[in-house]
Amino acid sequence: MTVALSIVVDGIAYGMILFMISVGLSVTMGLMRIVNLAHGGFALLGGACAHVLTMRYGMPFVPALAASVIAVIVIAIPLERLVYRHIYRFSELEQVLATIGIVFVMIATVNLFLGSTLLTIRMPPEVSLPVNLGFKVLPLHRIIVIVVGLLMVTGLYLLVERTRFGIYLRAAVDNQNTAASLGIDTPKVYLAAFALGAGLAAVGGILGAELLPIEAYYPLRYMVLFLTVVTVGGMGSIVGSFIAALSLGILDTAGRYLLPDVGTIFFFLAIIALLALRPNGLLVRPS
Amino acid sequence: MIRISTIDIVRTSLGGTGKLLPVAILITCAFAAFWLFPYDLGFLTQMLIMMVFVVSFDLILGYAGVATLGHAAMYGCGAYAAGLFAIHASPDPLLGLAVGAVIGALIAFFSGLLLMRAHGLSLLMLSIAITMVLQEIASKARDVTGGADGLTGISMTPILGVFEFDFIGKTAFWYAFSVLFIILVVLRVLVASPFGLALRGIKDSPSRMRAIGTPVYWRKVTAYVIGGTIAGIAGALSAQITSLVSVEAFNFALSADVMVMLILGGAGRLYGALIGTLVFMTVRHVAASIDPFNWLFVIGFMLLAVVFFLPDGLISLPRRVAGMIGARK
Amino acid sequence: MTSGLRIRNLSKNFGGLQVARNITLDIPTGARAALIGPNGAGKTTFANLIIGALQPSSGSIHLDGKDISQLGEAARVRAGIAKTFQITNLFKDLSVRDNIRLPILEREHRTFRFLERHDGDAAIEAEVEELLADFRLLPLANRLVRSLAYGQQRLVELALTLSLKPRILILDEPAAGVPSSDSHLIVDAIKRLPTYLSVLIIEHDMKLVFEVASRIIVLVNGAVLVEGTPEEISRDLRVRELYLGAGHG
Repeated sequence: MTVALSIVVDGIAYGMILFMISVGLSVTMGLMRIVNLAHGGFALLGGACAHVLTMRYGMPFVPALAASVIAVIVIAIPLERLVYRHIYRFSELEQVLATIGIVFVMIATVNLFLGSTLLTIRMPPEVSLPVNLGFKVLPLHRIIVIVVGLLMVTGLYLLVERTRFGIYLRAAVDNQNTAASLGIDTPKVYLAAFALGAGLAAVGGILGAELLPIEAYYPLRYMVLFLTVVTVGGMGSIVGSFIAALSLGILDTAGRYLLPDVGTIFFFLAIIALLALRPNGLLVRPS
Repeated sequence: MIRISTIDIVRTSLGGTGKLLPVAILITCAFAAFWLFPYDLGFLTQMLIMMVFVVSFDLILGYAGVATLGHAAMYGCGAYAAGLFAIHASPDPLLGLAVGAVIGALIAFFSGLLLMRAHGLSLLMLSIAITMVLQEIASKARDVTGGADGLTGISMTPILGVFEFDFIGKTAFWYAFSVLFIILVVLRVLVASPFGLALRGIKDSPSRMRAIGTPVYWRKVTAYVIGGTIAGIAGALSAQITSLVSVEAFNFALSADVMVMLILGGAGRLYGALIGTLVFMTVRHVAASIDPFNWLFVIGFMLLAVVFFLPDGLISLPRRVAGMIGARK
Repeated sequence: MTSGLRIRNLSKNFGGLQVARNITLDIPTGARAALIGPNGAGKTTFANLIIGALQPSSGSIHLDGKDISQLGEAARVRAGIAKTFQITNLFKDLSVRDNIRLPILEREHRTFRFLERHDGDAAIEAEVEELLADFRLLPLANRLVRSLAYGQQRLVELALTLSLKPRILILDEPAAGVPSSDSHLIVDAIKRLPTYLSVLIIEHDMKLVFEVASRIIVLVNGAVLVEGTPEEISRDLRVRELYLGAGHG
């Protein structure tokens, strides 16, 4: 019983991190039809930035988090304008190659300035305090991650369902040409979605640093994981990403707890089976 | 009429030398490399093995148009199969190659049954996931594969009972070159066959191929099995020549490198794969010996440059340059 | 009379929506039939039912007496049904000659051969050259299809489809997208099609239909409204209403 509970709680916390990092990827892939292997790079840049601010300049965690996210958005905007805008028109294969190229440059840049060692982010000591929830004792960090994840999915849901930007976004995901003919400025929607996705990835990278440690090779090491969330959740679907991230988080955690030897094999076999049965993701029926 | 027949004669004679010219260039290059870089034979041999591997991917991506990121699956299985065969069954190199080929083909067949139904992102992810599963199995089955330490203790008897593997790697070099040469000849025949034309048709328009009655799925599975067979041979070569197989044979980075080398050189022409491998590995060798980390800058910008400015790869460079000069006149 | 295409009570439902209603039709060997009707009448659905891209909910299709209702798309191609696409769907990175050669190789079950040259068979090469000549494509034979004008691409598509030696040829809007200055090329090519072939043209360009068709079938709401010779159709009040009604109030 306690094991099951641990699996579920740890899995959900892990899933929330996966969701934060992957949701931007899902939206941009659904919207711009781009296979973006460099998305994890934004989590890395956010984490690296937070590392520098908290460790070198002794900035407190929360302002450092905010500053890092803003910094990543500031990097993402010209990147979208100057590079990604051209990549949208490429074939799928060229997109894969171009974005692998971008990942390599991101890794090399972080490596040039900070080396290839682990980049720790100093958090306030309170986050490791145990909190008694009655049925289980959890470190505060897990609770924060779960709460932030829930806030994020609610916020995104409201943004997409209730705001003008959301209407534009859904219209553009649904049909680019129709959206453009309705007078929606799709390049602007793209830019906003891309910057938002990059910012969320940075939040996920920083908050999740305890589970997925930040180092130069981060975007390559976890690339498959993030892409899996998007593929399983279905491109462009926020709810799909959320369900996929939580299920994969729990599945992976369960594998590690219950079958420590073959957990990873079990995880990937499950994904293979899923993709074979539902090539367009969990929520989309095969045509 | 007379003019046409003259052109035909010229074309035929050109076709004759056209067939022999690449063969001559290839052999000349091999001899030149052998004499010019006697201390780099090990690296040159690695390059030859990688050429076998990349050219096998060209059949799948360049001809049939199937983009996967898990080509290392067949390479790794071929390497382990040949290594285990050498240790437990027979140290004969050619038999080992055959075993690597068969295992590569089997893996490609069974994974291909699943993969060739998928498209786009699902295909990329499925191919990655299959390779990950194989890598995990290889690293967990310590008793058989040596796990993370790798499979060691592979020794080879002389090739055909005559050519013994030497310390400098002369035999290994010519062994790898011969295998590459034979595979190139086989692939050239294959891509000029009706099957080869059908693959190019599938790449261009699968729906039209279906409309003319082609079982597209089975053609793709066949191409994948042939590519997998050759990839298995490449893996077996690597196991035999380095006397070592590590779980890194299944690395995602290897699958990605293969794709990069192919696109860099130019897909769908066989020799583009050779040029891409040559340039990529040389640049990596040189850049990595200067600064192992900043190598990623080089390859990153190289990739972006190719995709943005040379989408048909390096082999289109001469034509591009000629076009630019022509345009300026 | 069993020669040609025989369609009986063909229906197709998508959920609650009936897109083909009880269609009964004969297209005898050598016929030049045209299927017309307003947008959304179900013309493309009907074509897809015949080529096997869709399976009928009920009814039957016979070709030369043989029931083909249950066959898939590829099997129907082999049975002798071929269709051109509304938007050209060609092998754009292959030469015109390879575009014709490939379907012939496929028809002759040769695309699973690995060791012979694709241009090595004299009989097939002769057939390729003949088709190229028939469609006046010889001067373009070595060009990549990608580099041809749209009207020329439609000719390549006709030649490609014909190279499958079909018994029934379905032309889905053969002149769509072709500039009017080039449409006579298409009309000529259709007129020169061999007589052993039954042709079904799906088209809303009335001029083209009246120029080449000997029978016209009018489809409305998934059902056959009327069928007859061009003269009968042009006199039919319901058809006049259908096509002119909107314009004349």
